[in-house]
Amino acid sequence: MIEVTKLSKKFDDTYVLKEVSTYFEKGKTNLIIGQSGSGKTVFLKCILGLFSPESGEIIYNKTPLSKMNSKERTKLRQDMGMVFQGSALFDSMNVEENIAFPMKMFTNTHIDEIRDRTNIVIKRVNLINANNKLPSEISGGMKKRVAIARAIIMHPNYLFCDEPNSGLDPNTAIIIDNLIQEITQEYQITTVINTHDMNSVMEIGEKIIFLESGEKKWEGTNKEIFNTDNKSISNFVYSSELFKKVRKIYAKENK
Amino acid sequence: MIKFIEHVGRYFIMLQKMLEKFTKFDVLWRLILREIDDLIIGSLGIVSLISFFVGGVVAIQTAINMENPLLPRYLVGFATRQTMILEFAPTFISIIMAGKVGSFITSSIGTMRVTEQIDALEVMGVNTYNYLIFPKVVAMTIYPFIIVISMFLGIFGGYFACVTGGFTTHTDFIDGLQLDFVPFHLNYAFIKTFLFAMILATIPSYHGFFMKGGALEVGKASTTSFVWTSVAIIIMNSFVTNLLLT
Repeated sequence: MIEVTKLSKKFDDTYVLKEVSTYFEKGKTNLIIGQSGSGKTVFLKCILGLFSPESGEIIYNKTPLSKMNSKERTKLRQDMGMVFQGSALFDSMNVEENIAFPMKMFTNTHIDEIRDRTNIVIKRVNLINANNKLPSEISGGMKKRVAIARAIIMHPNYLFCDEPNSGLDPNTAIIIDNLIQEITQEYQITTVINTHDMNSVMEIGEKIIFLESGEKKWEGTNKEIFNTDNKSISNFVYSSELFKKVRKIYAKENK
Repeated sequence: MIKFIEHVGRYFIMLQKMLEKFTKFDVLWRLILREIDDLIIGSLGIVSLISFFVGGVVAIQTAINMENPLLPRYLVGFATRQTMILEFAPTFISIIMAGKVGSFITSSIGTMRVTEQIDALEVMGVNTYNYLIFPKVVAMTIYPFIIVISMFLGIFGGYFACVTGGFTTHTDFIDGLQLDFVPFHLNYAFIKTFLFAMILATIPSYHGFFMKGGALEVGKASTTSFVWTSVAIIIMNSFVTNLLLT
């Protein structure tokens, strides 16, 4: 579990996060949603420890991040998996090397065992016949699968995804969302996803935090979104005609 | 001025962080070998070509500008040797390398920054300074090897141009090469070559590592890196020459 209390972050004189407090539960897909520029990525990077906040605390399993020494932070980071928006695969390595990288880097596991474990996660994310391909030779959807495989190979306790389905077609986006949710439940990981994709919100949003101008304006589940009268989240979610219709249908069905 | 001091401070902090928390040896070793291939072996062709032809031009220019019949012809070989050993091979090849190797280092690290590969390494708990910069520094310690080749080919180019072009005889050129040879000049050349190698590995890495923005900024960072690496080499050259030869 990750707890965030009164987190604030500013760049120059502008606050991009204002006293955000929340918690992310184990075994659930926790979503951070909001418009572009709402502070989602900064929030995620603060949780990851890539940005230091001005005030507030991030607590990993009852241990505050700010109180951890360099060794504890390194250990924590090896317990994290991250899927970046652009996948962030290493260009000079093929798919197999990319996935095996954390194991080669941080463990003394024998090369045959690393290969076996790599093949297990490759199968788990349904990557077929791609082991020896370079990132430039595979599609966007496959890159995301490689990034997910790399993120889970060390069996992390925390999985972070920054807009995991951006740039993907709707069908592939849903497949990637479902894959993340399945992995979260299977490995009992605390997953935090940063997104503004409404399909993801509806499909896998077991817990949702809505940010607007750096402030937390709403918190709940994907089912609660249909019933909320919070103006900020309603304006964001129901900005498209499609979702307005979905809301009406949902309201009718639940009368 | 304050910004410049800030850059210098950050550069030295980067060097300090590069020597903290080392990457696993077998991973590091493979990275070093790859850097040797990219930075050293990959530069041999261009350095050889430039050295041979510039050596030839230096020798021809010296020969045709020595109109006074009282000047002995063996001075052509002497001037070629001194030019190649003292300045051309260590300093000017290093400035050419600032363009070739420096731009390569800045753009490769800069692209990793833009595509979040450096963030990915940091999230995993990798010391990115050590992982990305240290192998380049180690690879560049064998940079003097390139300079030896440059010296040899430059002098050979001068010999070839002079003898085949009829500017001096074989004997005159060889006499000039052996005239008044000071072994300390080689020490001086290799001391400054080593310092240039460190500049070539670290200043472009700094510009790539701390760049911000997108693809356009990677190009800009490469240009800035070339300018600052060249400036640092020229200043270091002046400093070392004053210190060791005067």
